[in-house]
Amino acid sequence: MNPDLIVFFVLALVAVGTAVGMVLSRNAVYSALFLIMNFSTVAVFYLILGAPFIAMAQITVYAGAIMVLFLFVIMLLGAEHLSRSPLFDWQKPLAVVMGIILMAEAGYALFVRDHIPGIVHNISPEHASPQAIGMTLFNDYFLPFQITAVLLLAAMIGAIVITKKEKKGSRG
Amino acid sequence: MVPVSYYVALSAVLFTIGVVGVLTRRNAIIIFMSIELMLNSANLLFVAFSRILFDLGGQIFVFFVMTVAAAEVAVGLALIVIVFRTKKSINIDEVSSLKG
Repeated sequence: MNPDLIVFFVLALVAVGTAVGMVLSRNAVYSALFLIMNFSTVAVFYLILGAPFIAMAQITVYAGAIMVLFLFVIMLLGAEHLSRSPLFDWQKPLAVVMGIILMAEAGYALFVRDHIPGIVHNISPEHASPQAIGMTLFNDYFLPFQITAVLLLAAMIGAIVITKKEKKGSRG
Repeated sequence: MVPVSYYVALSAVLFTIGVVGVLTRRNAIIIFMSIELMLNSANLLFVAFSRILFDLGGQIFVFFVMTVAAAEVAVGLALIVIVFRTKKSINIDEVSSLKG
């Protein structure tokens, strides 16, 4: 067993374990922390796959900005715990069964019907350097890049307008 | 020298955990986090195949997915805050009615 496989399996174990912990944990703060751990592990996968720019973006955008926003909202609302609702008791086992069916279907479609070729070999670090990413992003994908800027502006304005407190009497 | 099918399998497992999280949990914020987990598993697949095919397009696409996820989280969490303000709860079983 070569060291690459050992590293892969250890990281995969951490990723799956933290994902399961995120879903199972009763406290929403713990869930968020598990998810940060998961995102960091996936960032290490990106580094192994030769995508340093994406790995760093994953750490700063996902594990940094987005999860801090999540934690902030959880603590703002004080919504760490939820009382269990008696409604839909049959839903949980059904969801787990359907999840297993989904995974079996994915496995069938990916591994039985279509054979996936290819082994991840080591390549030169210049392949996906930030410079190369920038050249591709600003040459081939310039219009999508600008549209994302508009999207972020729209999301920002939307979030501000939605959460703005309404003045009393302005609405019937 | 890891076969790319291992990454595909890992991504499928993470995606399924996200789906089960969405279906079983009743806390709106945790449902949101499960959606992020699913997006993340798709991103992992993008990067793995970008590496196999020697094509940077996959990594650019991951970049765009991250931006869309950030926008989605900003608006979605704003909606959750508003729902909490009107209903005093983020249990999605209690916000089944459309009218506040």
